Amino acid sequence: MKVLVAVKRVIDYNVKIRVKADHSDVDLTNVKMAMNPFCEIAVEEAVRLKEKGVATEVVAVSVGPKAAQEQLRTSLALGADRAIHIETDERVESLAVAKLLANVVDEEQPGLVILGKQAIDTDNNQTGQMLAALTNLPQGTFASEVVVDGDKLHVTREIDGGLQTIALTLPAIVTTDLRLNEPRYAKLPDIMKAKKKPMDVRTPADFGVEVASKVSLLKVESPAERKGGVKVASVDELIDKLKNEAKVL
Amino acid sequence: MSILVLADLHEGQLAGATAHVIAAAKQIGGDIDVLVAGEGVQAAADAAAKLDGVNKVRVADNAVYAHQLAEPLGALLVELADDYSHVLASASTTGKNMLPRLAALKDVSQLSDIIAVDSADTFKRPIYAGNAIATVKSDDALKVITVRATGFDAVDESGSASIEAVDVVVENSQSSFVKEELAQSDRPELGGAKVVISGGRGMGNGENFKLLDGIADKLGAAIGASRAAVDAGFVPNDMQVGQTGKIVAPELYIAVGISGAIQHLAGMKDSKVIVAINKDDDAPIFQVADYGLVGDLFEILPELESKL
Repeated sequence: MKVLVAVKRVIDYNVKIRVKADHSDVDLTNVKMAMNPFCEIAVEEAVRLKEKGVATEVVAVSVGPKAAQEQLRTSLALGADRAIHIETDERVESLAVAKLLANVVDEEQPGLVILGKQAIDTDNNQTGQMLAALTNLPQGTFASEVVVDGDKLHVTREIDGGLQTIALTLPAIVTTDLRLNEPRYAKLPDIMKAKKKPMDVRTPADFGVEVASKVSLLKVESPAERKGGVKVASVDELIDKLKNEAKVL
Repeated sequence: MSILVLADLHEGQLAGATAHVIAAAKQIGGDIDVLVAGEGVQAAADAAAKLDGVNKVRVADNAVYAHQLAEPLGALLVELADDYSHVLASASTTGKNMLPRLAALKDVSQLSDIIAVDSADTFKRPIYAGNAIATVKSDDALKVITVRATGFDAVDESGSASIEAVDVVVENSQSSFVKEELAQSDRPELGGAKVVISGGRGMGNGENFKLLDGIADKLGAAIGASRAAVDAGFVPNDMQVGQTGKIVAPELYIAVGISGAIQHLAGMKDSKVIVAINKDDDAPIFQVADYGLVGDLFEILPELESKL
């Protein structure tokens, strides 16, 4: 079975973001970028399926600027066999990404597609579900366990209030939650080998997909700052403050 | 304008989040219909009909909609959406699961997790784990939106909407339900609780989370956890508060043994009053806490419980 895994280049999760002075967007100049953490989990799951002999080939795909090839190289170093970069400098919304990925699914005919449940920049949590709808394939979102069982895929999902397990026909679309696995680090020899693995570079126009969206970003602001309060010296003082000052007890 | 709100269900009953989503719909303006879809959901439909501002409750009661599977629910929404200018759902795991399917099949973008309504086409939503707030405008003919419940005060139960059956039945051969393991608790749900007490890595192990029980009982609080505590296996994932877990905004949030990573702060910093209990004087949680108490939680918690 071929596994397609989608990865996104985003700001490193440890970086404290700054809003641009003109409030047009977040300032990403000279900011450390990395693979979206949920995408790392997706790559790891695909590679584990290959190590188990379930997957025969792992193909990584990314939509984004030229620099997104760094994250594709990382995917190759982690164990993906080849990569597809769909290069664009435009701001690409989830719907356009899903349309591009649907075209890749159509070309590649994977048995399973794994994506992160959300990217930590836009926090949208949409692309996997949109891809499933556009390809008319079943979806297992927010996965904490994925088991291939014959011609079915059992996905345990993290839902409000607990866990839900569903069975999907294959091919299927899976989005990862945090506890699906713990991603490995790339080893130096694998990073060197990854440089020789094939990377196919395409553009949205190759697929006839228009990336422009009808959603416009009018303004980006910093949230209201929460001021730190006071330190109290004892439990008695805490209870007194909560009762008499904050009036929440 | 006319708005369809997908009701959020929890074990077949109407979840509290729905009343918050209707509040957002009222700010957009127009007729508000609520869709209750599931199997054996008459009680949930009755509850939805009582919510203030609801024009009509539409009930799709059929086995194919049981367990809120994405494929049939998404197909049902696609069937119904043409009557509406906006389709809203709570940004719960159900709403997040369904709504992007509707958006994609209608070839429109989705606005996720809105926290404010500026106008019928312009909304505010947090990005970068809430470290920035984006104002976004949608020119799509159909607006597909998930709503962060904590951004809107719930409507009250003064309504008496009509209830009508929806007889759209879709096929689903792609997905099937296997099992569900839901946490059983007498405590309020995290998302709707007035008081939340959460434990972090500093709790040391799962057994020690029992130290929070007595305090939670006295305060009528829900119990949450940081990702560190969940990842360490102390408690199940549905207790996680943060960017990728539950977003809460109670009257009182008590963070115990939680250092305060930005991903955790993203889930609780809109709480009215924040208390932090931590042995590390420099923990970032103190920068957002209204009241900080530095000390050993194993001494502080029993004392707090006894004095409340």
